[in-house]
Amino acid sequence: MIVFSLTSARQSLGVSLKLMRPSLRLRIRGHFCPESHVREATRPYSSHTHNPKVPKAATWEPVLEDQLPPPAKIPADLVDKLERLALVDFRTKQGLVCLERAIRFADQLHVVDTDGVEPMDSVLEDRVLYLRDDAVVEGDCAEELLQLPKSTVEEYFVAPPGNIPLPKREERTAMLKHSEL
Amino acid sequence: MLSLTIREVSLALREGRISATELCRRCLNRIRRTQHLNAYISVTEELALRQAQEADSRLLQGAPKGPLDGIPFAVKDNFCTESVRTTCASRMLKDYTPPFNATVVQKLLDQGAVLMGKTNMDEFAMGAGSTDGAFGPVRNPWSYAAPYRDRTGADPDSDWVITGGSSGGSAAAVASLTSYLALGSDTGGSTRNPGALCGVVALKPSYGLVSRHGLIPLVNSMDVPGIITRSASDAAIVLGVLQGRDVRDSTTVPSPSSLTELPEDFDIKNICVGIPKEYHAPGLSQETLAQWSRVADMFERAGARVEQVSLPHTQHSIVCYHVLCHAEVASNMARFDGLQYGHRSEVDSSTEAMYASTRHEGFNDVVRGRILSGNYFLLKQNYQHYFVKAQQVRRLIADDFRHVFESGVDVLLTPTTLADASRYSDFMQEDNRTRSAQEDIFTQPVNMAGLPAVSVPTSLSSRGLPIGLQLIGPALQDRKLLSVTQWIEQRVGFPTISDHGDDSEGRGDTEVTKREHSSSV
Repeated sequence: MIVFSLTSARQSLGVSLKLMRPSLRLRIRGHFCPESHVREATRPYSSHTHNPKVPKAATWEPVLEDQLPPPAKIPADLVDKLERLALVDFRTKQGLVCLERAIRFADQLHVVDTDGVEPMDSVLEDRVLYLRDDAVVEGDCAEELLQLPKSTVEEYFVAPPGNIPLPKREERTAMLKHSEL
Repeated sequence: MLSLTIREVSLALREGRISATELCRRCLNRIRRTQHLNAYISVTEELALRQAQEADSRLLQGAPKGPLDGIPFAVKDNFCTESVRTTCASRMLKDYTPPFNATVVQKLLDQGAVLMGKTNMDEFAMGAGSTDGAFGPVRNPWSYAAPYRDRTGADPDSDWVITGGSSGGSAAAVASLTSYLALGSDTGGSTRNPGALCGVVALKPSYGLVSRHGLIPLVNSMDVPGIITRSASDAAIVLGVLQGRDVRDSTTVPSPSSLTELPEDFDIKNICVGIPKEYHAPGLSQETLAQWSRVADMFERAGARVEQVSLPHTQHSIVCYHVLCHAEVASNMARFDGLQYGHRSEVDSSTEAMYASTRHEGFNDVVRGRILSGNYFLLKQNYQHYFVKAQQVRRLIADDFRHVFESGVDVLLTPTTLADASRYSDFMQEDNRTRSAQEDIFTQPVNMAGLPAVSVPTSLSSRGLPIGLQLIGPALQDRKLLSVTQWIEQRVGFPTISDHGDDSEGRGDTEVTKREHSSSV
């Protein structure tokens, strides 16, 4: 548990701000709550005998580093490939560290034995997909949709020139730097 | 009035004790007075007052549309709302105003519910703190309540705690009494996590029971709309309205029952409660453990059967979720290219350059990071090794649940989170991925399996902050799950924040403080 200390400077600031704000009081809900329950509810430390069905200590330990395969390397060309595929940039070195950590975390999957287990992609796999009649029931809303984009001409969305690959990494960084909001 | 449940306030509206317009005004005032929480991205004041007036004319004629007529509600800002901007807390959609309503929003409006605004979140729902959005972090209303201040001596303005996430704005809205219900979304725990940390009831319905049309997708194979209320019975009312097949969402399934009221005389003796031992994970706080044990005792004393069970692959679930989530995110986020809607960069040297700079400008580091690692897991040379492997582990996790429920267990009882809410300053010490791995540890397994789960607050911690427990049920048994939730709720006596300034504004500050002290529990 965290123990808080009071500093007088902070407190005086707190009071002046508090005055402008509604303070909050409590009420107890529930029709079946006699006094004793109310007291119990607000006194979690009151000595209860521990229910034996609830484990007293943690029942598992985190996967250890030496149980995992060697960490994946992210070479520079893979960084470039991911940025092109994802159309987002790592921005800083921290971005790359973040990816490495995310992969390392995912590596823990490999301590689980999944031999012969069918992959599951939907919890509704056993249900028949509902099919409605193949008839138009709504639509004709081009006008509403054309209100949304920043750039349109007549009934078209406007894109800048196509078929031009994303610039090389250094140019790309410069381009994105200019486009900071 | 503002701290009532939907059931209670609905009755007050029908009996004419308050008008829908007056109720709406009070909620709007309360939104203004709790602005420091940053729970809302947009407040739809004019629309709300107009809707409230319409509700009043129906109520006056004695012909309300249903239990939600005139009830203020809030919607997470990743559900499309017609003519109301929908941002996903991202610069990418900062100015996006959808031309349609999400099915769930439309259903609530059709029932006469009054939309107060769109709530804050982590950008594109990627996070577990509501700290990583373009509109700033959300503050947990319990930071400003007497128990936290009194027990920790903390100054809420610097030591405020997080709401959890990613639906933190929605949970804060319901907990701070600015809305009676709020929609969240739940992919790996994004509704239940903030529900637990903000002390409200948070339901993740069975996958397919509630339409996702108009919910901006994160992970299609797991996303569900979530329901945040102050009681299980309220959640049942809202689920009754929202559930059912939607022709616009091919993954919806027919409702198993017309769920409206929960039974008042629910017999707990017929229930078998499973305690999955793997949910005592490393890092579980002593206080949360004590609550888990306390409620297990409560069931036993009342005559329910309580059994320890095993879900052996639980530990690997978070890793599996991590891979599947990033892979689906990578493909889902491909739609944001600047051409048809949303942000578009000024760079126009080529289409590819425009795409890349639009996405560079529009997404935060967390979103970009997940897109990049998702693309990595989906590379041809990695596809089997990571993506298919994760799908295999997913089946093992789903099978674990199936076996337990086939063995006769009706509900599973677990913690929702490892501990109560962290201080913002402590939470921000770790990166988003590490935090999500800790925060979602108990919540994401059910998303893998498509099961219903609910977080219910049971107590305040020694820091004066809510602790929640999670109940998990078999697919499409949402009603039974809520009945058990109600049973717990009626016995734990969890306090809710109430509004002293409810009846009049500009009350003297001294009196406020005094009343607050005298009523603190």
